[in-house]
Amino acid sequence: MKKMLTWLAFVAATISLVGCEQPTKEADVLTVYTARKEQLVKPLFDRFTAETGIEVRYITDSAGPLLARIEAEGENTPADVFITVDAGHLWHAAQSGVLAPINSDILSANVPANLRDPNNLWFGLSQRARTMVYNTDTVSPEELSSYEALAGEAWNDRLCLRTSQKVYNQSLVATMIEADGEQVTQEVVAGWVNNLAQDPFSNDTQAMQAVAAGACDVTIVNTYYFGRLQVSNPELPLALFWANQGDDQRGIHVNISGAGVLKYAPNPELAQQLIEWLSQPEAQYLFAEINQEFPVNASVERSAQVSSWGDFKTDQVNLSVAGERQAQAMKLMDEAGYR
Amino acid sequence: MLKGGRLAISYVPIALVLLLVAAPVVALLSSWGSVDVELWSHLWRTQLPELITNTLLLMLGVSLGVLVFGVSTAWLTSVCDFPGRRWLSWALVLPMAMPAYVLAFVVLGITDFGSPLQQFIATQFPGVHLDLRHPVAVMLVLSLVFYPYVFLLARTAFRYQGITSIQAARTLGKGPWKAFFSVVLPMARPAIAAGLALALMETLADFGAVSVFNYQTFTTAIYKSWSSFYSLSTATQLASLLLLLVAVLLLLERFNRSGRFAENSAHLQRFQLAGAVKWLASLWCFAIFFFAFLLPLVQLVVWAWDEFALLRDPRFVGFIVNTVKLGVMAMLVAVVFATLSQLANFYNRSKWLSYLQVFASLGYALPGSVMAVGMMIVAAQIDSLLARHFLMGSPFVLIVAYLARFYAVANGPIETAMSKIKPSLLESARVLGVSEGQQFRRVVLPLLSPGVYVAALMVLVDVMKEMPATLLLRPFGWDTLAIKIFELTSEGEWQQAAVPALILVLISILPVIYLLNKTAKTN
Repeated sequence: MKKMLTWLAFVAATISLVGCEQPTKEADVLTVYTARKEQLVKPLFDRFTAETGIEVRYITDSAGPLLARIEAEGENTPADVFITVDAGHLWHAAQSGVLAPINSDILSANVPANLRDPNNLWFGLSQRARTMVYNTDTVSPEELSSYEALAGEAWNDRLCLRTSQKVYNQSLVATMIEADGEQVTQEVVAGWVNNLAQDPFSNDTQAMQAVAAGACDVTIVNTYYFGRLQVSNPELPLALFWANQGDDQRGIHVNISGAGVLKYAPNPELAQQLIEWLSQPEAQYLFAEINQEFPVNASVERSAQVSSWGDFKTDQVNLSVAGERQAQAMKLMDEAGYR
Repeated sequence: MLKGGRLAISYVPIALVLLLVAAPVVALLSSWGSVDVELWSHLWRTQLPELITNTLLLMLGVSLGVLVFGVSTAWLTSVCDFPGRRWLSWALVLPMAMPAYVLAFVVLGITDFGSPLQQFIATQFPGVHLDLRHPVAVMLVLSLVFYPYVFLLARTAFRYQGITSIQAARTLGKGPWKAFFSVVLPMARPAIAAGLALALMETLADFGAVSVFNYQTFTTAIYKSWSSFYSLSTATQLASLLLLLVAVLLLLERFNRSGRFAENSAHLQRFQLAGAVKWLASLWCFAIFFFAFLLPLVQLVVWAWDEFALLRDPRFVGFIVNTVKLGVMAMLVAVVFATLSQLANFYNRSKWLSYLQVFASLGYALPGSVMAVGMMIVAAQIDSLLARHFLMGSPFVLIVAYLARFYAVANGPIETAMSKIKPSLLESARVLGVSEGQQFRRVVLPLLSPGVYVAALMVLVDVMKEMPATLLLRPFGWDTLAIKIFELTSEGEWQQAAVPALILVLISILPVIYLLNKTAKTN
């Protein structure tokens, strides 16, 4: 009797599984693996579908697992497009050989050269600027100048930082190594750690709250986090400062949210069409504005709040550096004890 | 030795499924093919010793926490009587519904620099800042979400043995405390150890909660190797070391069981606690419930209040349905399978099978996304052998992944319940001429069912809040509440994330109440 039970149970379990719908396989459906989260991409995909009639389906996850999935699926992958929220993972995807080059005049015209892969394997679609936020009660903007200067003695016990685990800080340090060299960067990071007034935070907003509460005076954050906090708590004594703006300085560090077409994409033409569409002015405005980021397409105006922060120059280094030097940057931060 | 011909469950299919469940672990072990010596030496030089210390400290703290919270509340609610016992005995299970990462972000949200609490402190005591990002806070948070494992298992054990044994001990002149520590606790030890093992494996696997506190553990090194150094193989090598530790722990637990069997006391008369002690018991149980569940729930409601517009998205119903659907399917599969594998073990007494079960349990201690990648590699291999997209992106793989991840959770309570069935009990039944089928129905099943219900409850709640495997392996359109929480928190939208978190917690309450009623009835 129990043997029967065993098999009955197995059969029941199997039926409950097979009963699930199998994935649909349609030729004209575009499949996107995206590390940019649903709330930031769905409105764009919806509009793309409305304009072109091409349906878009997507899976969200962090970039690392998605890339592992692309590699594991190999030639069988259903994915056409890979979207990330940092340049490092795009560089890594390119290194892993899962991306296909796109030769597109539209993309060359719309995306500045430093924000795309030298071999056209990936393209930035929005810029995420990382700069300083300070407490307006305790700091006057004249005291501030560059990321590097925050390592100086003047900032002893006055600095708050987000954890080095976050890729935004790794990219920042990676581009700093490119600009200043390893030796100088090592000293800067050690100086930062020495100047910390609080243990590193797990996110930018916590770091800004600490600055606002007077637990420290300055921190380094992505501007859209500041933008959100500015909307929800306008009374906080916080302001943005554009770092490294001097004539001999490189400008603020930007990262990108960007995309590439997969080598084994079932629908490479549609994939290219989507990325081109995303680089056009109308989509660019929405893509950036939805999260208070900066468009990559220079012809597109910025949203009201973002433009209220004023103009700035950005580091013109090609962002593949962020990926290339990421491991080096991480090692350097580990050695400096930046947790 | 019980070798009734018809009763013996053939253990070959069981062993096969166990192997499937262990496949991701095997896939991870195969990562040792090439070793990035430079990265290893960097990690060792700059952080591994510290991270290992942090991890061991965390395990120690969480052990202490879950034992104190879990055993005390289980004892009080199952054997003593005090005001509020009735509702507290199910309310104390509810913290299980609170995902660790949610409690972590709630705790920091209540106390971080922008919080009303902090502002109050700032006005009262200028210059003073409260910072809860401390190892003890991490230990407390994890203890508060993981103690229900110990609570549920210990309670089942106490209910069966509790009062008769302690009364016997007291007749022999031992005081109540002494009786508890020298008689009751040792008898419930297998159950408590099983609960503790689950809590510790969850602790080792946790990345979400510790990273909210920026408390760096061994999993930090795993994720760092993967996402910062782009070395998935180093990450999986590190993860497999973690498994070694867990395997040792589980085997120790196994050898430590010493074959104690609990008595079944049918008529349970509770200790009537007197005066102040009575109220202290109430206060203690309520305090744990308050901090682990009520307070975070209220905070979630407060955050969610302005964000309920999210619910206008018609797809939210779908998220809820998917969450429940996946939870129930995985629960059925896991519980049925764990029961069968334990029965096979019981009737066959095969050493190999029992080692295989330990092996299949290891997946629970792996960081979720490493485990998910292991499963994915296996599925993708099969797909490429078939040269088509067959397993990947199907719900089947996801369910197998859940089984692989939560087999330990299903197995623990059932195995504990199984250990209460004395072979002598069955032999006496046989001597009395009871047929084997009847033995099974009248003796084995009734003794097993409380464990099965507890297992079902734990797996269901665990699957519903599971994140990394769901993220990586879900079919298109199968978004769940946990995925919404991930998408919102990873963009720093904490307030909005409170909405799906709140719904997740609320729907997890239903099975808790339902299944607890069931257990109460079978008792």
